[in-house]
Amino acid sequence: MALITLEKISFRYRRQQVIQQLDLELDDGGVLALLGPNGSGKTTLLKLMLGILHPHGGSVRLDGQDIRRIPTKERARRLAYVPQVHREAFGYRVFDVVLMGRMPHAGFLGRYGATDRRLAAEALERMGISHLSERPYTEISGGERQMTLIARALAQGARVLVLDEPTNGLDYGNQQRLLDRLMALKQDQYTCLFTTHHPDHARRVADRVVMLQQGAILRDGSPAETVTPANVATLYGLEPCTEHTHTQGERPCCL
Amino acid sequence: MKPLPLLLALVGLLTIMVVSLCLGKYPLQLAEISSFFRQEWFGGGGLPTERMELLRNLLLEIRLPRILAAALIGAALATSGAAYQAMFVNPLVSPSLLGVLSGASFGAALGMVFFKNWYEVQLATFLGGVAAVLVAVGLARVYRISGTIMLVLGGVISGALFAALLSLVKYLADPYNQLPAIVYWLMGNLSLADRTTVLRVSLPICMGLGILMLSARKLNVLSMGDEEAAALGINVQQVRLLVITAATLISALTVVIAGAVGWVGLIIPHIARMLVGPDNTTLLPVSALLGAGYLIVVDDVARLAFAFELPIGIVTALVGIPFFMLVLGNARKGWQ
Repeated sequence: MALITLEKISFRYRRQQVIQQLDLELDDGGVLALLGPNGSGKTTLLKLMLGILHPHGGSVRLDGQDIRRIPTKERARRLAYVPQVHREAFGYRVFDVVLMGRMPHAGFLGRYGATDRRLAAEALERMGISHLSERPYTEISGGERQMTLIARALAQGARVLVLDEPTNGLDYGNQQRLLDRLMALKQDQYTCLFTTHHPDHARRVADRVVMLQQGAILRDGSPAETVTPANVATLYGLEPCTEHTHTQGERPCCL
Repeated sequence: MKPLPLLLALVGLLTIMVVSLCLGKYPLQLAEISSFFRQEWFGGGGLPTERMELLRNLLLEIRLPRILAAALIGAALATSGAAYQAMFVNPLVSPSLLGVLSGASFGAALGMVFFKNWYEVQLATFLGGVAAVLVAVGLARVYRISGTIMLVLGGVISGALFAALLSLVKYLADPYNQLPAIVYWLMGNLSLADRTTVLRVSLPICMGLGILMLSARKLNVLSMGDEEAAALGINVQQVRLLVITAATLISALTVVIAGAVGWVGLIIPHIARMLVGPDNTTLLPVSALLGAGYLIVVDDVARLAFAFELPIGIVTALVGIPFFMLVLGNARKGWQ
């Protein structure tokens, strides 16, 4: 049985249709990359899968169960969300931000125990940012904040990680480090789903690529099948510029 | 939760309370106060009956209720302010955001025009505050856009509506007796804080404070934004409703005790955040203690600085504005 099943889902903001009659099945394990131009509905699709937004038509099922029937806390134990890097108003310690990932496991008043603290520390360790744990979240760099948010998702204990443009706003080095972390997570049997604006990133870490255009799926398949110069050109509405396509070693450059 | 700052704030508050018991137009020695309480509670002691009578009236009927009233108001406003700032992810938000103070002021004015009994006026004050917040929340619901921005706009509309209604009541009030009473009351005033009122409101205020403080961890998560909080397993609507209810209850009750006291709910959470950081498990109790201490001190100033007594609302505003300007310069420590 598929882990997450989207069945004929539609979603609109006001009158603007964002997702139309979309079907998608996500299996356990592996990395799925979601590619698409701005406004194609990538982020909306992620939020629908997470149960943060609810579709106006169709259904979202997690392990065969309608996601709306799963209590918020239970859902958060199974699905973790890594939002786009942000800087909210308050400078909590990095450790405290990661500890928030334990909220779905905490008791009635959200008290954290020794286990929660240990798991938060382990998650920091795993992302290689233990040295930041006492620093205010507002005073670390964008790359460090992204690592913090992933650590929080790991502390959450969910096996499925949903990342919204994790490489956005990071410099080249941090982008590569982040992709390495994603690969490492895949090795550890996490199921990852991420959106990106870089076809190269999708090619590098994903097992499956879904191309989204105007709220509908344009292509769905292995990176080798999907991330081709022709498809990328169609997806982003560019001229298929074959003369620029060349091969660098094994890796075809699309543009 | 960090226990040390809490302990320090508690010691500070108790010191301020004791010192304030001594201060007044009729100053008292600390030794005399302590022997009064010993004699009152355990009997014996050497104070003559007349002196005891005087002290009993002065301490138990006048100063202590007033100090407790100031403490309750300060704690209630500072804690609701801190909770709202976390929930709306905006450090410039005050407890009056959803219109509770305008609503309660309108209720008070209306009560003063229509009711003779002070208890009825208090009830009208409280209901006015609750009504204004209901209007704000209701408006936000009408547009069916979730998120805090509609709540903020609902609060702006509701606040303006009740401010206009207050003007209407003032205009219609008898200009010789009722109008001065209304205006004087709305300046914020502790001189009418009698023992009965203080006793009556102290339990619900403490309950409201308790609810807010127990929600502290959830407020931490909520201050990362609604969607993230939902993904972290928080029932956003439920927590928000609980916090708004508790904050509205206690803020409306502060107007019941002493009219509209501004600025406390904005400044004290800022200072507390600079001292102990943004973690609400520590921030909310420290805000409560600092708010209580601050308002007692301000009330001492209002009582003693001049030959006549100043309404406390004027003093909080006059002290608050420069304080706020000072704080803003350093404020980047706790938020960006």
